[in-house]
Amino acid sequence: MDDPITNPEPGHQKAEQASRILEASSSFGISPEQYMLPAQQQIRMLDPEGTLIPEEEQGTGPGHEYPIPEDDVLLKAYAALVAGRRINDQNYALVRQGRMAVYPSSHGQEACQVGAALCLGEGDWMFPTYRDSVAVISRGVDPLDVMVSFRGDWHCGYDPKAYRVGAMSTPLTTQLLHAVGVAHAAKLRGEDTVVLAMCGDGATSEGDFHEALNFAAVFEVPVVFFVQNNGYAISVPLSHQSAAPSLAHKAIGYGMAGEQVDGNDMVAVLATLRRAVHLARENSMPLLLEAITYRMQAHTNADDETRYRDREEVEQWKRKDPLLRMQKFLAAKGLLDEAAEAEISEAAEKVAASLRQAMSTEPDEDPLEIFDHIYTEPTAQLSAQRGQLADELARAHGNAQAGAEEATR
Amino acid sequence: MSTATATKTTTFASALNTAMSDAMEADDSVVVFGEDVGTLGGVFRITDGLTKRFGENRCFDTPLAESGIAGTAVGMAINGMRPVIEMQFDAFAYPALEQIFSHIAKMANRTRGRVRLPIVIRIPYGGGVGGVEHHCDSSEAYYAHTAGLKVFTPATVADAYLMLREAIDTEDPVVFFEPKKLYWSKAGEDLTALRQQYESSMDSAEGDSPRVGAAGNATVVRAGTDVSIISYGPSVPTVLKAAEAAAEDGISAEVLDLRSVVPFDEEALVRTVQKTGRAVVVAEAQGFVSVASEIVARIQERCFHSLASPVLRVTGFDIPYPAPKLEEHHLPDVDRILDALDELQWED
Repeated sequence: MDDPITNPEPGHQKAEQASRILEASSSFGISPEQYMLPAQQQIRMLDPEGTLIPEEEQGTGPGHEYPIPEDDVLLKAYAALVAGRRINDQNYALVRQGRMAVYPSSHGQEACQVGAALCLGEGDWMFPTYRDSVAVISRGVDPLDVMVSFRGDWHCGYDPKAYRVGAMSTPLTTQLLHAVGVAHAAKLRGEDTVVLAMCGDGATSEGDFHEALNFAAVFEVPVVFFVQNNGYAISVPLSHQSAAPSLAHKAIGYGMAGEQVDGNDMVAVLATLRRAVHLARENSMPLLLEAITYRMQAHTNADDETRYRDREEVEQWKRKDPLLRMQKFLAAKGLLDEAAEAEISEAAEKVAASLRQAMSTEPDEDPLEIFDHIYTEPTAQLSAQRGQLADELARAHGNAQAGAEEATR
Repeated sequence: MSTATATKTTTFASALNTAMSDAMEADDSVVVFGEDVGTLGGVFRITDGLTKRFGENRCFDTPLAESGIAGTAVGMAINGMRPVIEMQFDAFAYPALEQIFSHIAKMANRTRGRVRLPIVIRIPYGGGVGGVEHHCDSSEAYYAHTAGLKVFTPATVADAYLMLREAIDTEDPVVFFEPKKLYWSKAGEDLTALRQQYESSMDSAEGDSPRVGAAGNATVVRAGTDVSIISYGPSVPTVLKAAEAAAEDGISAEVLDLRSVVPFDEEALVRTVQKTGRAVVVAEAQGFVSVASEIVARIQERCFHSLASPVLRVTGFDIPYPAPKLEEHHLPDVDRILDALDELQWED
């Protein structure tokens, strides 16, 4: 039979990515299909008790091999997990107290959050969603700058270019295309920048998910698409989003490799992400990674999770908590003694305290700034509107002063 | 134009093409991409020869997906490029609207000016070429309504060159509307002279004084005293013909070409209407909730006491774009403009 990749019909040439897949798969002694499809089971290295699973049961195999990260990386990941959990819970409390407007928590998904940050090099880029605060913070952005949007001061509080982190995106999967564009620009300049493009399970139904994966494969750019499948798009379960065997299976349709990983297993998440980033960089090709995880809290404070899932389901996921699993694993490995544990919690506590402190002070925003960043030069109409608001503010200020003087008289 | 025997004849299309190649020559970060823009040179041939001259890294075909084109342009602009993207037809741009409205228009504001997106979205627009249903929309109001986008629409060969260069060089995103019925129009313009004109205007911008570009500077393309006819893009040549005809009837019409809808040159508008005391706004787009409506509102706010008659609009009807054999009944033409002029209460 004619191979459609090496011997296409006239006018039906395949993208180079296809022959690269062929090359990669044959080097592992497997078929292109076996290479592109996820392994038979999700990649998992720690059992729910934090015990290292024997290699032959990890789900790995030829073309699906994932070396365990070094000890110092594992410890760093644990510290970020503890800090991430603390930030999630602190913000949850701040929202309940009315000191923060909204916070989409990643409680339960912290292994994915930390893995997303730790798999990247300094020159790489990350494109997060609104639920990825912990990933952004783990990448090095100041937590207070990340919370600027959730307190309601401004839409984005950090400089995306300084950290190589896109502004956290609210319209689903639109940021995946930005990731592809960043990678494409880098490729055209001969830079080996890898871009991590993040989205959730519900987002895979959006058209931009398809367009981004397709563009990335055709352009042959190093983008790692990282789907955190937490089971629900607000209230709608995965079964209403996709009839595919798994979200990772979607990769083969684009001519890229897909893999599924236990998203609550910090070791497996890091191992698979690091290899995906490595392969993307080495071969200038995109990959898709689906992490199976669970959103332990409601979508946001405006959501009532009891309307669509029962307590029992949530309890089952508590037993797979990524933080406890990692803690038990590292303690058993002798990497985590009491002193190290105390140091890690203390650092996390510090971040939480700074968040509490910051959210207790009133923001010092200049209302006139709403006109400042729309065009490089304000239009005549915007200048007039700015003048109008300035005048209104001055009058309100004058009235307040007059009122205060009246009161003191 | 008959006097300019020494100057070369240039088409609107070649002015656009040369503007892009000059911009690519001047700046390595300018990249052109879209559907069929590479080997084919675009369905209207506006990108003809760019791939051959600059290579596939600078001008390339994308998969057939407009949101993907606009969305990857965002990423490329974030990472230092100046993308010039082509939407094949006006109505084919609609899949890209989320990227354009939610990201391209808002990124600078979202990030407090830290991330600016110097993207040009070229859209062949408007009717009058016998095109089918989804190839003839005048969609400028959607974009003009969205804060953060600039909206340019040249009406002359010279502006086609100058304004596209300006669009590519501006740090703000520009939706660049190309009147497709003017693509094959010609004028006695020398592209070398236009290039020099543009480049010297850039040189003079150095220092304190910003350069005076076409955008935000409406131009009086015909002087008159009795009535102001305000228009832009594909309607400008039609308006000029109507003004000629009106002159034969003894009405002296001043014609204002807006050139850009955003920035909007309100002062030029006020000047002409205060001078003539009468105004008619002409545009192909449906009149309901349109750019024409906005112009009329501004005239009412700023020129009320100068007006001798109500301000009228001559626009397309409030219908989906009609089939090719019926479009002549929809588009504003000379007669319809003259009818509007007749209604301006001259007897008073």
